[in-house]
Amino acid sequence: MIERLGAVVIDRVAALGDFVVFLAQALFCVVRPPYKFRLTIRQLRSIGAESFFLVALIGLFTGMVLGLQGYNTLRRFGSEGALGTVVALVLVRELGPVLTALMITARAGSAMAAELGSMQSTEQIDALSVMAINPIQYLVSPRVLAGVISFPLLTGLFDIIGIWGGWAVGVGLMGAPGGPFFNGIRQNMGGHDIATGIYKALVFGVVVMWVCCYKGYNAERMATGVSRATTNAVVLSSVLILMSDYFLTSILL
Amino acid sequence: MESTINNTGAGDAAIVVRNLRRRFGRQQVLNGVDLACPRGEITTIAGPSGCGKTVLLKHLNMLLRPDAGSIVIDGVDVTAIGERGRDEVREKFGMLFQAGALFDSMTVFQNVAFPLVELTALGRGEIADRVAETLKAVGLQGMENKFPSEMSGGMQKRAALARALIRRPKILMLDEPTTGLDPTRTHQIHELVRATQRQFDLTAVMVSHDVPAVFEYSDRIAFMHGGKMEINGPVEQVMAAHNEKFELFLAGKASGIDGPPAAVAS
Repeated sequence: MIERLGAVVIDRVAALGDFVVFLAQALFCVVRPPYKFRLTIRQLRSIGAESFFLVALIGLFTGMVLGLQGYNTLRRFGSEGALGTVVALVLVRELGPVLTALMITARAGSAMAAELGSMQSTEQIDALSVMAINPIQYLVSPRVLAGVISFPLLTGLFDIIGIWGGWAVGVGLMGAPGGPFFNGIRQNMGGHDIATGIYKALVFGVVVMWVCCYKGYNAERMATGVSRATTNAVVLSSVLILMSDYFLTSILL
Repeated sequence: MESTINNTGAGDAAIVVRNLRRRFGRQQVLNGVDLACPRGEITTIAGPSGCGKTVLLKHLNMLLRPDAGSIVIDGVDVTAIGERGRDEVREKFGMLFQAGALFDSMTVFQNVAFPLVELTALGRGEIADRVAETLKAVGLQGMENKFPSEMSGGMQKRAALARALIRRPKILMLDEPTTGLDPTRTHQIHELVRATQRQFDLTAVMVSHDVPAVFEYSDRIAFMHGGKMEINGPVEQVMAAHNEKFELFLAGKASGIDGPPAAVAS
């Protein structure tokens, strides 16, 4: 029984090692020639540009609900003037990076895991290897690089639209004072807050691309392999986003 | 009957495998395999399911690394060199995978042109010419703009064969090229492999289940059983040698490494 336990532990540690080595290879291949600009741009389009409306939509509604909740809570203390500050800080430091990352995971991350998984099960990845093309350089590195670029940009979009949504509901609908809304933001939000949001977005970008590519690349070659890989990719990415959010926040605060 | 391995003779060997061993978990899949594939000839690797033929092929195209033993391809021992050296050797191969392994997001043209686009500095016009020439050789002229999903299995294999041949490799490897095809298509693919092998003067290594039909299109048979090479030599010699396990296999009564021994046929 001890032997079996030991075997399981060894297996898990080996898998973890494999996971980390995968990221190391992907990052290394980003900076190693031949550079895959066109592939990276194609990934920017599918991860970044095609997530645009989804992120904007979720950003809008998140901002709107923050405006609503924020107004109702602050009114109890007579602090409606702080609404802008609250909405902006919560979005920029927390909800912007996290929700953007979760949305992109659901959309582009799952597609990526499924795509790589089905390539693996039809031997397309082996075909690349046999043609002397490094599959990680060709398939994974462009996606990681595209993630690092798109996540902060989409987070910024989320934040801006969210703040506007918060204003529309809090000021426009609920009647919070308009001037203090933006003045509060100007006074209380600084470069550090924005930087926090960007660092988080960068980390989430790497994590999501890494996990989703890894799960797809290592999908089992059977009918359930691809669907299991996709599910695991989305679940693990989401869990890691939320867990790392806590640790990043405690470091960056 | 012992194996007969022909290192000398009509041509020197393009591929020499010595004492190859590989295990997966507790299973010793390759148990000391020896093989020599002479240049310019078609060698067919056959054997019951589970004997290790596909694993052997994956060692030849370097998707897997052995636990022990050596593989010498075109004079280079690929088990003793680094990744860059292996990439140089890979440039000499073309590989046809069992299901074709075409990139499904690309057209036939893009698939066949892929190795040229990624690995050479040829211009667009030259690439287009080469693709047209190779598609003609496999009988797919005019199909450049189709996607793999729009073609039948036989056509996909032909496109995959074109992709494997586009860089005029010295060695062509085929993993069960006719599995899953009807008898007419099977015959066509066999004829095609033979024709292109002659046309481009290739060394071909083929794993096939399609026995004994495939032997008509082979120069040599390498019959594997239980992770070892049971008998290996020119087709006529192997057929005349009356190897017991080989004859059981041909008669449909062989056991793999995962079955009980069959009764000897009288």
